[in-house]
Amino acid sequence: MSDTLSAEVEMNAPDRPGRLREFWFYFRENRGAVFGLWIFAAFVFLAAFAPLIAPHDPSAQFRAFALRPPVWQEGGTWRFPLGTDPLGRDMLSRLIVGARYSFFVGIVVVAVAATGGIVMGLIAGFAPRWLDTIIMRIMDIILAFPSLLLALVLVAVLGPSLTNAMIAIAIVLQPHYVRLTRASVLSEKQKDYVTSARVAGSGLMRLMFVTVLPNCLAPIIVQGALSFSTAILDAAALGFLGMGAQPPTPEWGTMLAEAREFILRAWWVVTFPGVAILVTVLAINLMGDGLRDALDPKLKRS
Amino acid sequence: MLKYLASRLLTFIPTFIGVTLISFAFIRLLPGDPIIVMAGERGMSEERYAELSAQLGFDRPIYVQFWEYLTGVLQGDLGYSFVTRRPVWDEFFSLFPATLELSICAMIFAIALGLPAGVIAAVNRGKFFDRALMSTALVGYSMPIFWWALLLIIIFSGNLGWTPVSGRIDLIYYFSNPTGFMLIDAIKSGQDGALASALRHLLLPAIVLGTIPLAVIARQTRSAMLEVLGEDYIRTARAKGMSPARVNGIHALRNALIPVITVIGLSVGTLLAGAILTETIFSWPGIGKWMVDSIFRRDYPVVQGGLLLIAVMVMLVNLTVDLLYGVINPKIRKR
Repeated sequence: MSDTLSAEVEMNAPDRPGRLREFWFYFRENRGAVFGLWIFAAFVFLAAFAPLIAPHDPSAQFRAFALRPPVWQEGGTWRFPLGTDPLGRDMLSRLIVGARYSFFVGIVVVAVAATGGIVMGLIAGFAPRWLDTIIMRIMDIILAFPSLLLALVLVAVLGPSLTNAMIAIAIVLQPHYVRLTRASVLSEKQKDYVTSARVAGSGLMRLMFVTVLPNCLAPIIVQGALSFSTAILDAAALGFLGMGAQPPTPEWGTMLAEAREFILRAWWVVTFPGVAILVTVLAINLMGDGLRDALDPKLKRS
Repeated sequence: MLKYLASRLLTFIPTFIGVTLISFAFIRLLPGDPIIVMAGERGMSEERYAELSAQLGFDRPIYVQFWEYLTGVLQGDLGYSFVTRRPVWDEFFSLFPATLELSICAMIFAIALGLPAGVIAAVNRGKFFDRALMSTALVGYSMPIFWWALLLIIIFSGNLGWTPVSGRIDLIYYFSNPTGFMLIDAIKSGQDGALASALRHLLLPAIVLGTIPLAVIARQTRSAMLEVLGEDYIRTARAKGMSPARVNGIHALRNALIPVITVIGLSVGTLLAGAILTETIFSWPGIGKWMVDSIFRRDYPVVQGGLLLIAVMVMLVNLTVDLLYGVINPKIRKR
């Protein structure tokens, strides 16, 4: 057992940096993806240091300055560069702090959905046929519901809050990971290296997580990037419908819902949160496209 | 082919039962007693509680309840709305035409723009048009459509005043025995301006709902076209001196269409999810708005029944797409 381990380490050791460099080589080719990466980095930076960057407390109400337009429009001041909302809260600060919620939603949802999905997909791929069938049928059932509708109903059951919205979205996104993992496991399982690992005496756990899983990761990583953006969009949609984060949380979707009645009077309270969602999701999708081109050999240079 | 059909149908049945089970479980997983919720603020007497409980079957064992629910569903009995007291089944199918009309128009919009965009991008691969079109498609794909809707309302309803903000038609028009499809009703009635009014109401919601399918179709068409354009028979067609328009438009597109049609078929779920947001924003009286309103009104039989009917509808469409795919592509059948 220890022999196989050390042999593997030796084989992998010179290989690893090469793979990373190869990945970066292909990723860099895609200018859009690099652009997306920079925007995403900025987004992560904002999310991490939001309280330090935001000029005001996102829930502080400057009643005297309610519905001030952005600075470049008549009546705007530098004190509130992107204007204020109907309660006199600073738009810029709320947007910056809102990045935190969206980032949090993305990370948690992807982590939960991917972990659960990968484990179930591995089990389905290795399990006897009856268990495989049961797992896949359950996933078919979840996929039969339009995702947003199922999330909405789940939140109605659990009670509207950001945490419950994240749980619901993670449940809805999970089947994609199960299907992807199972499909890669089934194709990898037939390869010689898996047989040789088995002959060398690897246990089932080792086969699943050490031998096969690393070779199935490429499509899962791509899916991770894509569902990060889906999670942000769905959480914002739930917030918009009043079933996600609750006011006064400065979550972007919730901010849009609060601003709805002012759409014809104050364009900025509606426009900016939407731009924030769009730019973030777009950056992640650009990155996801680059990841797919760089990681998926079948689609390489297509 | 028969064997393929049978195996597809066999997987349909357990999924159907599972979907029924989820919608059955929904009302029982809710926090609190649904009967108390029904009573609302006023509360109710012990006898009335027992009576209602017996009427809804909550006093019997859970598997009996499920069996009765399942047999009821198969006979079209989904219970009654708490709010309107009408059968959920009837409510669903009286609102369904509105959603169907909106979805069809959204899909026509998406296909009419998405197919040519994908073909143009593929033919001009790597050039300006390709980049511009695919960047636009990615923006559309990333669009939070609820915000997109608000933006279009600001521009077209607020600033330009071209389109109304909500509803399906101006209230001055009245149709006797309507089909539920506003465009058809408007044409049939022959009233002056009815069709124009219906179209103006339909325009923005259809654009909003069609945006994501449009982006998906454009991207899928491009990649399918690129694959086909590399095939030998395309080179042969070109070598024979066929005009580029004929090669691209007829030879290539026809074969590229198969995956595109699949994507179109599979986007029914996306459309229904989008309809929830679109209909809520534009006050479009369809299934999506009905579901959201019912969730907020705690009209649980409606949520339960609507959830089930929507899922079954998505499943039926997916099954049809699968079967059609089997007809088009014989390789699939031999799995």
